[in-house]
Amino acid sequence: MIDKTYILQSSPHFKDKDSVPKIMYVVILSLMPSFLTSVYFFRFRAIALFVSCIGACLATEALFLWLRKKPKHSLLDGSAVITGLLLAMTLPPSLSLDRAVIGAVAAIAIGKQVFGGLGHNIFNPALVGRAFLQTAFPVAMTTWIPPAMLKVNTVTFATPLDNLKFQDAVAQGTLTSLKDLFLGNIGGCLGETSALALLLGAIYLFYKRAIDWRIPVGIICALTVFTGIFWLANPDKYASPLFHILAGGLLIGAFFMATDMVTSPITPLGSWIYALGIGIMVGLIRLFGGYPEGVMYSILFMNTFVPLLNRYTRPRILGERREK
Amino acid sequence: MKTITFPHGIHPPVYKEPTAEKRIETMAPPEKVFIPLHQHFGAPAEPLVKKGDEVYLGQIIGEAKALFSASVHASVSGKVLAVDGYNHPLGKPLLSVSIANDGQDRLFPDLQETKDAFSLSPDEIRQKVKEAGIVGLGGAAFPTTVKLSPPKGKTIDTIIINGCECEPILTSDYRLMLEYPEDILKGTELVRIATGAKRIIVGIEDNKKKAFGLLQEKIQDYTGEIVLLKTKYPQGAEKNLIYAALRREVPRGGLPFDVGVVVQNVGTVKAIWDAVSKGKPLYERALTVSGNGIKEPKNLLVRIGTTFQNVVDFCGGFEESVNILVMGGPMMGLSQWTSDVPVIKGTSGILAWTAPDPSIEYTCIRCGRCIDNCPMRLVPTQLMKYVRFDHLSEAENWGIQDCVECGCCQYTCPANIPLVHWIRLGKNQIMSSRRRKSA
Repeated sequence: MIDKTYILQSSPHFKDKDSVPKIMYVVILSLMPSFLTSVYFFRFRAIALFVSCIGACLATEALFLWLRKKPKHSLLDGSAVITGLLLAMTLPPSLSLDRAVIGAVAAIAIGKQVFGGLGHNIFNPALVGRAFLQTAFPVAMTTWIPPAMLKVNTVTFATPLDNLKFQDAVAQGTLTSLKDLFLGNIGGCLGETSALALLLGAIYLFYKRAIDWRIPVGIICALTVFTGIFWLANPDKYASPLFHILAGGLLIGAFFMATDMVTSPITPLGSWIYALGIGIMVGLIRLFGGYPEGVMYSILFMNTFVPLLNRYTRPRILGERREK
Repeated sequence: MKTITFPHGIHPPVYKEPTAEKRIETMAPPEKVFIPLHQHFGAPAEPLVKKGDEVYLGQIIGEAKALFSASVHASVSGKVLAVDGYNHPLGKPLLSVSIANDGQDRLFPDLQETKDAFSLSPDEIRQKVKEAGIVGLGGAAFPTTVKLSPPKGKTIDTIIINGCECEPILTSDYRLMLEYPEDILKGTELVRIATGAKRIIVGIEDNKKKAFGLLQEKIQDYTGEIVLLKTKYPQGAEKNLIYAALRREVPRGGLPFDVGVVVQNVGTVKAIWDAVSKGKPLYERALTVSGNGIKEPKNLLVRIGTTFQNVVDFCGGFEESVNILVMGGPMMGLSQWTSDVPVIKGTSGILAWTAPDPSIEYTCIRCGRCIDNCPMRLVPTQLMKYVRFDHLSEAENWGIQDCVECGCCQYTCPANIPLVHWIRLGKNQIMSSRRRKSA
């Protein structure tokens, strides 16, 4: 008689080493170049905003996990840290800290936990927090300060997209140079100013295969085509597609916000539709809308379609013949 | 060299080194064997012997009565101890014939050799394969006679011989290709005659270059071609192999017949050759005993009905800390609760290792890796959710029945969700509700 027994489990018996926290930490690491450049450009303001946003996100997450009697390991999965980081990066450097905390609480509470926590939310939590602040404090959310490198004596400072929209910068010839946009020596939200830092992070994300490449590619292509048509038709009035790609929140949105796994489609075709929708919406808002910038609303808008896109874009199964 | 493949799939570590260069050793038959009458896809065989009977090696002891069934033969000569329920790799006791080995290996006198096997008619080949109780030896154990009998109106143009052995750890098919290349090619020729096919393709993964080179050389004397396939899991899955080799898609719910193809594993064609030319029934098979829980990993030729414990004892025994015992490969194998289960026709491997503590399960973050890797191009996470929330008709619309349970989705799931388990559960629920309706 043999006494020893073994564990019964369903196959497969092998598993790769990746896990949800590892993916989250890859995303956090990919945001480090932008984190460092924002600290470089905005000094103490940047650090204060990052600390208060991440702290408030973690505290809110902990409170909800405790109220809902959920396991504590969810707190350390890194998702709340990402929400805090991303929220801070989309805030104006001059925003007061109490308001930043309100945004962070809204991001986790309204953007994530009311839906059931990680994996269940419909909208990108960081953008929900930002939209909340934009509605609650519209003036504070559109007041900008110059980066520390620029020795200018103004208290407020316009972003390149503000210039484009409200100062008729193309006609005046005062459009921000592409080089400044690329390096980040401009006004704007904490993390969005330096295209270079964002692209470094994006390369790392691609290398780690942590994001769906279709989404940034689709967004950038759609925006290029959309703004390119107007630019070619009238270059004296409209800015070039390259300007639109590098300016404002497009890159951070395309690589780090729209690619949020939870709130983007799971099917390849769904991802393409979602990405093209965002790109065109951004173009529409920037060129014809009331706001100079439209990345946040475009992503939130397309987020609403994700369940539908998932439902109606099921991939063709091997051997399936679809009736025409 | 140019390799071909199919879209999606994964690259798990292969761990074939411990046994890849070890010859297939013949294990001496044990004192007692326990031969289940149900070792294949379909209905169990019906017992032909009773307690106290004397049986010969290779004597038929269970007869296939249904179309989807296979005969069972004694794997030792000796006295029948019982015809009763015994532990089975499927998890519950099933009707088995226990035989006390008399150590004589007295061969059943009715077994006949055939001098010129290639001159047999398709029906004669099928009959001999049926008598020998041959089933697919890759693991699924589908009765081979059925595969050799294309239904009316379907013509078979191509035979694909599956030498992929894409499951990690297993090496017995690789060894068969190195040690019995001629038998494999001769068996393939018999399959070609039986099905009336024109073309033969042998598919081998590019991490088995030695087998590829050897068969390439040997096949000059036969008709057929050898193709090199990319090392990728599940390259040996029937529908994916057909796609890789011929760019043909087996229709949903269909069989390889529907695209004019028959796929046979290398071990199966060798067994076909042995059965037809030597009259040898399927009473032993080659398998790999490996994993870091086995003291001396080996490739073995083992009599059907030998217990896993006997086999592992022959390989130096278990390591102390072993807590997982698997029949088959690590991706699709069946875990066993005890080592007191017999080797059956579908036992391609006996693996044992020490499993780490189970990792935390997170909620699905919709990363989409299961979709990117699914060789059937399904949406596993969606299937899992449909089953979880009892939307079984939706799960069917999304192709739950097309799942081959290869495990690519679960292997790569960062949330550690038991996707395959949920899909299996859903399939079972759908099948049982269908049975209720038809009853």
